[in-house]
Amino acid sequence: MSEDQLVRLLAATIAMGTPLVFAAFGEILAESSGVLNLGVEGMMLVGAVAAFIAVVVTGSPWLGVVAGMLGAGALAAGHALLTVTLRADQVTAGLALALFGGGLSSFLGKSYIGVPNPAPFAAISVPGLSQLPILGRSVFTQDALVYVSYVMIPLGWWWLYRTRPGLHLRACGESPGTADAMGIGVVAIRYASVIVGGMFAGLGGAYLSLAYVPAWTENLTAGLGWIALALVIFATWNPLRLVFGAYLFGSVEAMGFRAQVLGIQANTIVLRMMPYVATLTVMLLLAFWRRRLAMPSALGLPYSREQ
Amino acid sequence: MADARPPALVELRGIVKVFPGALANAGIDLAIYPGEVLALLGENGAGKTTLMNILSGLYRPDEGEIRVVGERVVLRSPRDAIERGIGMVHQHFRLVERFTVAENVLLGSHTPRFRLSPGQVLEHVRALGARHEIALDPRAYVGDLSVGERQRVEILKVLYRGSRVLIFDEPTAVLAPPEVDSLFAGIRRIVGEGRAVVFISHKLDEVLRIATRIVVLRHGRVAGAMPRAEATPGKLATLMVGREIPSRPRVAAARGSLRLRVEDVAARGERGYLAVDGASLTVHSGEIVGVAGVAGNGQAELAETIAGIRAPLRGRVWLDEHDVTTRPAREIRERGLAFIPEDRHRQGLVPAFNVVENAILTCYARAPISRGGLLRRRPARTHARRLVEAFQIQASLETPVRALSGGNQQRLLVAREAAQEPKVLVALHPTAGLDVASTEAVHRILLELRARGVAVLLVSEHLDEVLALSDRVLVMYRGRIVHERPASHADVDEIGLYMTGVGEPP
Repeated sequence: MSEDQLVRLLAATIAMGTPLVFAAFGEILAESSGVLNLGVEGMMLVGAVAAFIAVVVTGSPWLGVVAGMLGAGALAAGHALLTVTLRADQVTAGLALALFGGGLSSFLGKSYIGVPNPAPFAAISVPGLSQLPILGRSVFTQDALVYVSYVMIPLGWWWLYRTRPGLHLRACGESPGTADAMGIGVVAIRYASVIVGGMFAGLGGAYLSLAYVPAWTENLTAGLGWIALALVIFATWNPLRLVFGAYLFGSVEAMGFRAQVLGIQANTIVLRMMPYVATLTVMLLLAFWRRRLAMPSALGLPYSREQ
Repeated sequence: MADARPPALVELRGIVKVFPGALANAGIDLAIYPGEVLALLGENGAGKTTLMNILSGLYRPDEGEIRVVGERVVLRSPRDAIERGIGMVHQHFRLVERFTVAENVLLGSHTPRFRLSPGQVLEHVRALGARHEIALDPRAYVGDLSVGERQRVEILKVLYRGSRVLIFDEPTAVLAPPEVDSLFAGIRRIVGEGRAVVFISHKLDEVLRIATRIVVLRHGRVAGAMPRAEATPGKLATLMVGREIPSRPRVAAARGSLRLRVEDVAARGERGYLAVDGASLTVHSGEIVGVAGVAGNGQAELAETIAGIRAPLRGRVWLDEHDVTTRPAREIRERGLAFIPEDRHRQGLVPAFNVVENAILTCYARAPISRGGLLRRRPARTHARRLVEAFQIQASLETPVRALSGGNQQRLLVAREAAQEPKVLVALHPTAGLDVASTEAVHRILLELRARGVAVLLVSEHLDEVLALSDRVLVMYRGRIVHERPASHADVDEIGLYMTGVGEPP
């Protein structure tokens, strides 16, 4: 493999992993506060179509990003209403959200199929860094949203583990009764986490329609939302570990595309199963190392005070 | 009572709180003064915890007002209460097990406001602990701490927020005796700083040891209040129970045939260690065999092995000459074993089910409640009503068991097991956490079963309970039965030595 081919493969790996980084980080936020939201796929699709419509109408990709995040955030707010306030079953509500989001995005995007994106995000080379061989060339010749993801992950980890709001958010996911008794607004924090988490899923969807593809087709995400859910477990709710998982899967996808070009015999269907195999393996390991790595203790449990 | 006192830190006036089907607080007045340990005494279900949950902002009162240093306040949430200087040390600790001590202490407070630098946080918490003479490693995970240590984390949390009124909800229920001493020392230090402590309990001796003033609640009302100097155990017991406790005449029962035989049983505990290591015992018809011991010496695991819900590593269990080792729990029950488990919420009752459903859990598959594989409502209700009436359980048949007080839950559980007409009853800490009246009720049931020829194996942490009820007393230590005496020849001091492992090995 020549250096150029390797750089293209690495660049494609990062590009493919980026929507997963966004969506899975959003899900980490929601789940760390104790709310499982299985609707990531639906939220990504709505984010993608809202972003695309906005960029076609306004011509501004950044307004597209805003629209995508708001659209998915609105969907997530519905999930929060159902699961936090009305204490509906989180699995059922999340699955409904995934299906609803899929349908809604098809409906909204019907007349935008085949419409060209007037202002896609283009790759920007970071001066200096992008001149470095292989890694520099692939990591620092990306579009603006990828750079956002580079900043977001360490910032997100810091927020969760080194700030008071992050501590309170995790407390709501570990033991909402304790958090409540300590005067922490469990309901407010869960709402905020689910909605902001949904906005990140929307950002992941927007990345696809604004930068990666960049166009709208029906079912644009093609299951990435489900993989994001699996990645959260793979990463054991840690944003830093999430990056490895997301890029690992990104590399699998990137290789799938290039396997034939490179003349490598690889079964792409088998490759695509890998993230799920990895997730199942992690879940198996979690069963043994329950204590420190395990999921938020109160994940999936509605909270009510007077019981 | 009209002597010169500093103004009250907190005053409660006419507090009323109604839960569905229960009047928890029926107009309570209470004042809390700086520097005092105010004991709130009452049976389970007297309304102590509800009142304190109102004061700590967890519940809203239906009527009445709260004044903090004379100013009328509305406590909408625990945060409001904390900001007013009222902190609660909960009976069931409000701690996040997967957080460190430091993280738990910081939770919900305002300092530091945003950024938590690990080094600075640790220093903060370490300094606070040193100031109040509470020794704890701030980096330790709460999940790794002992119960006594967890309680110290709770206290540290409340102090960190600068609380002036600290509410302790049954703080000794979970502690070993030496831990109780250090808790009491801590409480005296706290009130010495001019703070006030509210000490909720139903244990007379502890209240008399620590309190400076005592308020007794009964059925959601203040039944009486007095300074410690005027209190006597008899006076308090009468106020709590509302009647003199009947003394129990001991009737000798004829010891009958061998019902339960356990031979050289070994079993692992929850964390995989060897909890039972070669325990043997027998129980005959018409006798109560009491197993004394400090909790955690394998008593629970032994009882569960007998009941068939824990698999033994070795050894045999015979029920009426049938080898029931490793037989399914259901078969063992059908052979005449009834079981009162340690944790009534997890193993004994289904909290979301109502009284009828819980009452038939161990007999739903038999006539008359079952016919042709179908449940019949009327016999089920009749059965439940009989239990409720015979055992004075204060609940309607449709009430979910979750909504019952602890004492009523336990009465229902014990009544259900007793109604199985068992040959053998294994009772694991059957009166743990119960008030005087419910404890009496459970004791009465056990003695009645003995009189009817049931073989009773009673496991209890309370030596006086074991001695009062048993015909024979065993001591369990580190998974073995290390001592056995007829109750008539039992020597408390000797038993105490064996319980703590000082006694000679048998």
